[in-house]
Amino acid sequence: MSMKILTLVKYVPDATGDRRFTEDMTTDRDAVDGLLSELDEYAVEQALQISESHGDAEVIVVTMGPADAKDALRKALSMGADRAVHTDDEDLHGTDVFGTSSVLAELVQHVGFDLVVCGMASTDGGMGVLPALLAERLGVPQVTLLSEVAVDDGVVSGLRDGDTATERLQAELPAVVSVTDRSGEARYPSFKGIMAAKKKPVEYLDLDDLGIDAATVGLAGSWTAVDTATARPPRTAGSVVKDDGDGGTRLAEFLASQKFI
Amino acid sequence: MGEVLVLVEHADGRVRKPALELLTLARRIGEPSAVVLGAGEAADSIRAKAAEYGAVKVYVADAAQFADYHVVPKVDALAQIARAADAVALLVTSSGEGKEIAARVALRLNSGIITDAINVHAGERGPIATQSVFAASYQVTSTVTEGTPVITVKPNATSPEPAPAEGTVENVSVTFSAAATGTKVVSRVARVSSGRPELTEAAMIVSGGRGVGAAEGFSVVEELADSLGAAVGASRAAVDAGWYPHSNQVGQTGKQVSPQLYIANGISGAIQHRAGMQTSKTIVAVNKDPEAPIFDLSDFGVVGDLFDVLPQLTAQIKARKS
Ligand SMILES: Cc1cc2nc3c(=O)[nH]c(=O)nc-3n(C[C@H](O)[C@H](O)[C@H](O)COP(=O)(O)OP(=O)(O)OC[C@H]3O[C@@H](n4cnc5c(N)ncnc54)[C@H](O)[C@@H]3O)c2cc1C
Repeated sequence: MSMKILTLVKYVPDATGDRRFTEDMTTDRDAVDGLLSELDEYAVEQALQISESHGDAEVIVVTMGPADAKDALRKALSMGADRAVHTDDEDLHGTDVFGTSSVLAELVQHVGFDLVVCGMASTDGGMGVLPALLAERLGVPQVTLLSEVAVDDGVVSGLRDGDTATERLQAELPAVVSVTDRSGEARYPSFKGIMAAKKKPVEYLDLDDLGIDAATVGLAGSWTAVDTATARPPRTAGSVVKDDGDGGTRLAEFLASQKFI
Repeated sequence: MGEVLVLVEHADGRVRKPALELLTLARRIGEPSAVVLGAGEAADSIRAKAAEYGAVKVYVADAAQFADYHVVPKVDALAQIARAADAVALLVTSSGEGKEIAARVALRLNSGIITDAINVHAGERGPIATQSVFAASYQVTSTVTEGTPVITVKPNATSPEPAPAEGTVENVSVTFSAAATGTKVVSRVARVSSGRPELTEAAMIVSGGRGVGAAEGFSVVEELADSLGAAVGASRAAVDAGWYPHSNQVGQTGKQVSPQLYIANGISGAIQHRAGMQTSKTIVAVNKDPEAPIFDLSDFGVVGDLFDVLPQLTAQIKARKS
């Protein structure tokens, strides 16, 4: 039977832009251009590699996000995913990680899955807990933060680099995995891939389609509140000296003046 | 005062420093209780350490599941203890595993979660957490509005302060869920210590980037670090090139550090690197390129070749110290 691999991606504000907050303390999505979170490109790459080594598999890229998030789907499709599913609903504005995980849990069950592949964290919110929450909600194993992943005979296994040890983890499918930026460079979409992506199907679903009560999501359904957001005063550049053979000495003098030595 | 549960991270039978920081923070918002899972024979000495840093109670649970299976056994234990204790807040270290455990526990307790706090203090409507977001360009304060606040805190949020308390042991027998054995830990290879300070705990860090040029090049970085008693960091470019281990990477997908002194050598200062170090107290940079963005955030910079500047600096430091 064909293996269904879902990869969850997020459309995020470009990290090299000037990211800020809006008045309701949510991310200002108009201030900066958006793109497919770079950390999710690794997830798409691993999903494609697993699919290629498995032969009979389908890669479906899934997102929850505003209309522009279609750009993120497009990119994943041009990398080689087979089709896409997009959930968008104005009631989703300001949804926290629990709301997001509940919508995505409904969504992946609606689509059906053997394996869900996520990135290690988003590049904006950056909590890194969505894959674990999704596994909790779906009641399937989490095999997360992998620098290496493979699926063989209905079993997913991989390497997880922790702070104190590297572990080899293993679980039976269906499962949720997340991969790190050490899992292997993501491929660039080829010209052929970009052209093919234009014809690939994108399915749109709103909260009604998923049977989700709008009151449980959005800012009002959030279990945390941001009370203040203050821009950190930019660091001011100090003195910069050119090394004329005495750079190390001058640096030592600076460190001594600051009592580091 | 209500009980604040602190999940105590330990390795090799010893409490990790961030756990002592959590116990110190917990005292600001309630009465700290330590939760010690899967420590085996070391539970006793860990209990004593937790008591020294303010744990009034120490919940101890031991079972093979904690080591043999991934994340969920600890979620089962912490959720069970939190319910029974009717805790007012949960503090967990912001490591990869810590965040995953905290999030799943929060969901089970129908409680909001705040991750990666750099500070926690008491507020009228429960604990207020401070976070640093968007590559540390913003500071945000948040509160949990639903359930028992679950907060994960980054290492170095505060310095651990002893405050001896009873540390009364409560042995817990955990009822594991069906999901507990879902993900097997097939093997585990402990990271070998370099003998240098831990990156996230160090007061001083000396980092190298692509400008170091090769794995061997890191010896000048290490020698400078050793002369200062500093930890060694690396940019992703240096790690990707295989010159230095990933456990030493500083930045968005590495460690986020805020030492007293950060010395960046041959590092350009990309936003993703800055995300991991720009809250450092004092920043120093050595770079060949006068236009390198790292100089914009440096308190002192040297435009020059790191292979000239670093050895001279190391020699000066050694001379001043002897
Ligand atoms: C999603 C994502 C996550 C990322 N996460 C991280 C992360 O966690 N950490 C991280 O560091 N990066 C991260 N990056 C990568 C980041 O964007 C940069 O590519 C990286 O930081 C560059 O490393 P570098 O400064 O060492 O190299 P470069 O940008 O190539 O800079 C090298 C510098 O060395 C200088 N130099 C060269 N030779 C010498 C010499 N002999 N003496 C003195 N100076 C010299 C050059 O002038 C140059 O400024 C991430 C990127 C993405 C997209």
